[in-house]
Amino acid sequence: MNEKDLRTIIEQVLTEMNAGAAGSAAAAPAACAKAAGQASNVEDGCIPDITEVDIRTQYLVENPEHGEEYAELKYNAPCRLGIGKAGARYKTLPQLEFRAAHSAAQDAVFNDVDEEFVKSQGLFIVQTQCDSKDTYLTRPDLGRKLSPEGVAAIKEKCKKNPTVQIYVADGLSSASVAANIPDLLPAILQGLQNYKIDVGTPFFVKYGRVGVMDEISELTGAEVTCTLIGERPGLITAESMSAYIAYKATVGMPEARRTVVSNIHRSGTIPAEAGAHIADIIKIMLEKKASGTDLKL
Amino acid sequence: MILKTKLFGHVYEFKSVCEVMAKANEEKSGDKLAGIAAETAEERVAAKAVLSHLTLNDLRNNPAVPYEEDEVTRIIQDDINETIFNEFKNMTVSEFREWLLDESTTPDMIRHASRGLTSECVAGVCKLMSNLDLIYAAKKIRVEAHCNTTIGKPGTFSSRLQPNHTTDDPKGIIASVMEGLSLGCGDAVIGINPVDDSVESVARLLKMLNEFKNKWEVPTQCSVLAHITTQVEAAEKFGAPLDMVFQSIAGSQKGNEAFGVTVQMIQDGRDMVLSKGTSTGPNVNYFETGQGSELSSDAHNGWDQVTMEARCYGLARHFQPFLVNTVVGFIGPEYLYDSKQVTRAGLEDHFMGKLTGISMGCDACYTNHMKADQNDIENLATLLVAAGCNYIMGVPQGDDCMLMYQCTGFHEAAALREIFGLRPIHEFDMWMEKMGFSENGKLTAKAGDASVFLAK
Repeated sequence: MNEKDLRTIIEQVLTEMNAGAAGSAAAAPAACAKAAGQASNVEDGCIPDITEVDIRTQYLVENPEHGEEYAELKYNAPCRLGIGKAGARYKTLPQLEFRAAHSAAQDAVFNDVDEEFVKSQGLFIVQTQCDSKDTYLTRPDLGRKLSPEGVAAIKEKCKKNPTVQIYVADGLSSASVAANIPDLLPAILQGLQNYKIDVGTPFFVKYGRVGVMDEISELTGAEVTCTLIGERPGLITAESMSAYIAYKATVGMPEARRTVVSNIHRSGTIPAEAGAHIADIIKIMLEKKASGTDLKL
Repeated sequence: MILKTKLFGHVYEFKSVCEVMAKANEEKSGDKLAGIAAETAEERVAAKAVLSHLTLNDLRNNPAVPYEEDEVTRIIQDDINETIFNEFKNMTVSEFREWLLDESTTPDMIRHASRGLTSECVAGVCKLMSNLDLIYAAKKIRVEAHCNTTIGKPGTFSSRLQPNHTTDDPKGIIASVMEGLSLGCGDAVIGINPVDDSVESVARLLKMLNEFKNKWEVPTQCSVLAHITTQVEAAEKFGAPLDMVFQSIAGSQKGNEAFGVTVQMIQDGRDMVLSKGTSTGPNVNYFETGQGSELSSDAHNGWDQVTMEARCYGLARHFQPFLVNTVVGFIGPEYLYDSKQVTRAGLEDHFMGKLTGISMGCDACYTNHMKADQNDIENLATLLVAAGCNYIMGVPQGDDCMLMYQCTGFHEAAALREIFGLRPIHEFDMWMEKMGFSENGKLTAKAGDASVFLAK
């Protein structure tokens, strides 16, 4: 490229930039491509979604000695096996797959649940004594206590002394709340309604740890309290949810008094199924007047 | 002993050695959670200045938990060689730091000093070290140990193969063992964290690993990381082969109670393996530790997580273990907030373990609610090899599907060996060559092909 061509390109770029007066974002990439002297031949099409790869069947080793046998064996492990190598490092595809999985986990932990979504589920929002995600992650004690405003809101809006109090908490995965609650919460409510069990006013706790259920149990005077909370994401799924359920929970009670239903997500126990199961557990809990290790299911 | 100093003309006065030790730590979320961290950056430096003037004798006389109340303290204090302690007791922590770093101080001189150091002395000097100091000093110290093979020899760097599985499925576990071995992992140990902690299941896994190891003549050792009494029972009831016994430990008696373990149980386990186990020995214990575990079980007695961690190593030393590793990023952001804190803790733990005189490795790892990613953990692993770490972990691509955390992958040890010119343990290195997985310490094209173990 000679100097003249370059000048022409620069002039052209400047003209285009001016044309997009308020700094049009769309103009910038085009300008980059032209300045680099490349023909911007953008083709139609879409690169396949690397997160749709099933790591159990993926097999990237080149010229394996007994490939069929190993592919069959490795299918038994939900691990990143049979991934080959580039020197003593990873191939690019599995490296990107790993990063994609971790990005989902990080977004699930560090992003807040969308408040509009919460409201669309018919839930009002209360907060614990954590003022930020950072405080939430570093001060588990504050995530177990409601803010004064939260206490007031529950006192004002919730039905007093219900048989069962259900609420949702973000826990360590906002993605889990968005993925499971639309099916899970109605399934539990439906199940309890079928058993003619009285349910209190559900709500959402922001920055909530499992232990905040004890204060909520005391506040509402519920016989059984059930929290639906986002689990710490792994790389297999960032959407796993758990239900912690306790009979007459009190602040300071032993952890062993909680009954747990874990691994609720689309590739684990599916939300609708989990909802029915949770309603059954609550029914038994009310009959036996016990929970956790005191309750044999 | 003076507990007061001035910084920029401002007076800082501390009430106790405990307070100085906590505030002299580099910033850790766990110390903040405990309410014992320095409140300002300046106060942190003031505490370091005060600590630098304390003597090793002052630190020995202020154990984190009183001798009468705590069997860990008793082990640490009673194991001290008094003659050696007397050589060093009047040194200030500052002088001791410079002695460790001094060009005329040899590795042998440091190993000699180790025998006279309590864990509080080890933790104290650690707090005055920068990250590069920790690497520089640790690099001087070599600790070897022998089970079936010898770990820690100069020129070697090892890894634990960690073939964990969500349901302990034997086929899934073996698939992982095969791939790990084909990439040069597992010379330190092939060790499974079991999901099912029952004696029958643990015995079954131990037998399976041992059979595979014998069939392919892999020169290494195996372990299933259940509770120590479960492993012993698996051997006694079901004849499970034990090369070593594993146990998680804490730096106080109360912390160990939270793990359901006592000094006597560890001693019994060790005796059992030495008399009935399958390995040569004499080093047959494997311990895991990690900063923050004492606070999480309210067993820190008001002390900081670095000092409590050092006490784990003081306890471990009593049993002359084959392996000890800190699981440095597993505990979560309320103890180690981000990659900076995990990196610091990994280097501290490795240095303190070696200065205590134990064969030290590190599970450089992180959970998904920490501000860290795989790049950070690769950095830490690289720093640890520079510091002369005995071993790191190896799991498929660094993603442990069972423990739901990420650590170093099968490929990391191999890459780091190449970069630093290191080899696996000699017998294992020879085995790799025999299998065609490596040549002159470099992986071959065949490495990573686990299917070679499926030859009919």
